[in-house]
Amino acid sequence: MLKIENLHAEIDGKPILKGLTLTVNAGEVHAIMGPNGAGKSTLGYVLGGRPGYEVTKGSISFDGEDLLEMEPHERAAAGVFLGFQYPVEIPGVSNVQFLRESLNAQRATRGEAPLSGAEFLKVARAQADALGLDQEMLKRPVNVGFSGGEKKRNEMVQMGIIDPKFAILDETDSGLDIDALRIVGDGINRIMRKADKAVLLITHYQRLLDYVRPDVVHVLADGRIVRTGGPELAHELEREGYGQVAA
Amino acid sequence: MATKNAEAHAAVSKKYEWGFATDIEQDFAPKGLSEDTVRYISAKKGEPEWMLDWRLKAFRLWQTMEAPDWSKLNVPPIDYQDAYYYAEPKAKATIKSLDDLDPEIRRTYEKLGIPIEEQKLLANVEGAEPPRRVAVDAVFDSVSVATTFRKELEAAGVIFRSISEAIREYPDLVRKWLGKVVPQRDNYFATLNSAVFSDGTFVYVPEGVRCPMELSTYFRINAENTGQFERTLIVADKGAYVSYLEGCTAPMRDENQLHAAVVELVALDDAEIKYSTVQNWYPGDENGVGGIYNFVTKRALCQGRNSKVSWTQVETGSAITWKYPSCVLAGDGSVGEFYSVAVTNNRQQADTGTKMIHLGKNTRSTIVSKGISAGRSDNTYRGLVRVGPTAENVRNFTQCDSLLLSDQCGAHTVPYIEVRNPSAQIEHEATTSKISEDQLFYAMSRGLDQEAAVALIVNGFAREVLKQLPMEFAVEAQKLLGISLEGSVG
Repeated sequence: MLKIENLHAEIDGKPILKGLTLTVNAGEVHAIMGPNGAGKSTLGYVLGGRPGYEVTKGSISFDGEDLLEMEPHERAAAGVFLGFQYPVEIPGVSNVQFLRESLNAQRATRGEAPLSGAEFLKVARAQADALGLDQEMLKRPVNVGFSGGEKKRNEMVQMGIIDPKFAILDETDSGLDIDALRIVGDGINRIMRKADKAVLLITHYQRLLDYVRPDVVHVLADGRIVRTGGPELAHELEREGYGQVAA
Repeated sequence: MATKNAEAHAAVSKKYEWGFATDIEQDFAPKGLSEDTVRYISAKKGEPEWMLDWRLKAFRLWQTMEAPDWSKLNVPPIDYQDAYYYAEPKAKATIKSLDDLDPEIRRTYEKLGIPIEEQKLLANVEGAEPPRRVAVDAVFDSVSVATTFRKELEAAGVIFRSISEAIREYPDLVRKWLGKVVPQRDNYFATLNSAVFSDGTFVYVPEGVRCPMELSTYFRINAENTGQFERTLIVADKGAYVSYLEGCTAPMRDENQLHAAVVELVALDDAEIKYSTVQNWYPGDENGVGGIYNFVTKRALCQGRNSKVSWTQVETGSAITWKYPSCVLAGDGSVGEFYSVAVTNNRQQADTGTKMIHLGKNTRSTIVSKGISAGRSDNTYRGLVRVGPTAENVRNFTQCDSLLLSDQCGAHTVPYIEVRNPSAQIEHEATTSKISEDQLFYAMSRGLDQEAAVALIVNGFAREVLKQLPMEFAVEAQKLLGISLEGSVG
């Protein structure tokens, strides 16, 4: 589904990713772990197409298409979802309005008919319920006044509504208490654990992986993948620390 | 990024979506401005002697005056002799239903998205309970082409007329109030309007009557080089309520077109007037060529106790906007509100705001201004809050927020606060921010293209003002904000 080859990327002329190669197949969950500054979030932003993150070398193909040729909204329409580490507040725009416009924009890009207000609300309410987010929060401005945990759950509600093929989840576990962690983990499994979908989990810690069991774990250090293994690699990291494993 | 620039360029070069001209024969006043022009207009309208005298008095005053230069606007010299001051569609006829409208005019309205189709409802074609209760007085260029819903309004005692008709049919009412809120000598542009106003709207809501529907007028300049001088007078008698909507778009033109409207509102005891505007005159091209010069004087007199006037404006058009819808809060306990969104893009200039003049005791005012600047435009909020010496316990709250979409545009906030009574409580808050890259990327990563993302964020920024608009207008206004800012981020 996703094929990254020898990816080099920089911000303001500073190299961050230095030859990253990674293949994620349909039906798989991959975890990317690594110390601060290794380039984890940069990888997420490059996959999402954030302006300012310049790819200097290498390629990314998604379902056989050149992802780097696509604008961010085209990537979204193609089925790529980026869960933000710090979800952004948009004052004055309700969650419902934001998501309905986003979803219908994606559908329009794919040549599908828009969802009506009623159809959309049905989907949105079901997702909010499944993630234990008060339905009232759907009417509130996007992420404004939400707690850290609520923001992360809201990201998962968005993912549920958008129903992407491929999700990059950037530290979705940070800021969550243990109950919220389980709810979010269940959400990821419910929405994304399917034969035709795949997930890239970016995380510091093993704890989310207790709920969303990865098929493959990678260690990212200094802009490259330095080790790849099964779920047991995450436990090793938890025990030994990045210094040992990445060395 | 190269692709982004190319896209932005393509969007900027997109033609003014609603810029087209309708081919209708015009009946012009001779070019230029003189007493003869004033007499021509007055005669054309079949006006009584007193009205002509009033116009002539204004014209003589105007000749002694000079255009104001205190705003932050850069106004090119205007040759007042090189313009026409009156034009009317030749096909003018009193029509019984909207079906009798000139098909050319109807097509124009349809292109504009002005709900002429919806006027099947307005004309009571379908069902007794139309979902939308709006009466439209369509002003095509200078003459009212059609007035609908007149009967139902008359049953309620509401007078809703073009001002020309009102001058003939209700001379005493018009004469009593015309120029009482905005005097003939008020300012250069208002004085000019007093001399040559071509048409406009008159509304009178009698004592205790709640106007049974929203009243609406669509303005449109359609004749090349024809200045548009609208005159609106709305009087809400004791305990009356009326909501009035005004919206306008203009066709694409290379010549600059002068627009100098005057709007006067009068609210007597316990009366309330809600006045909403969506202004989308042609703003000129990306180099600042063409576009409407919009010099407007709008003022409300809250004469009665506990009267209330609320101005809401969404200003997206015009090359130059000079406009300060104001409230004179004379009656004790009267309330003035001003909610404004002003968008400037490319080379547009706007100097707009309000004046809240507190004369009565316990008077209150609220000002919420949202300025959005893009391209190389300049956007100024200019507002006055004045509290007179005998005005006890005045309250004012002012909030001015500016959003910048480019690094070459300007946003300015110029508040004047003059308080002559120590019991007053005045609050002023102001913010200026640049559109956030985080917000843009977040919205785009969810599937919105750049323009949709900008429109969404800007609409959120303006939400507080937009929610003041009647529903059907709010939808139109939201679209307008997006269209006005196409290709503006970079």
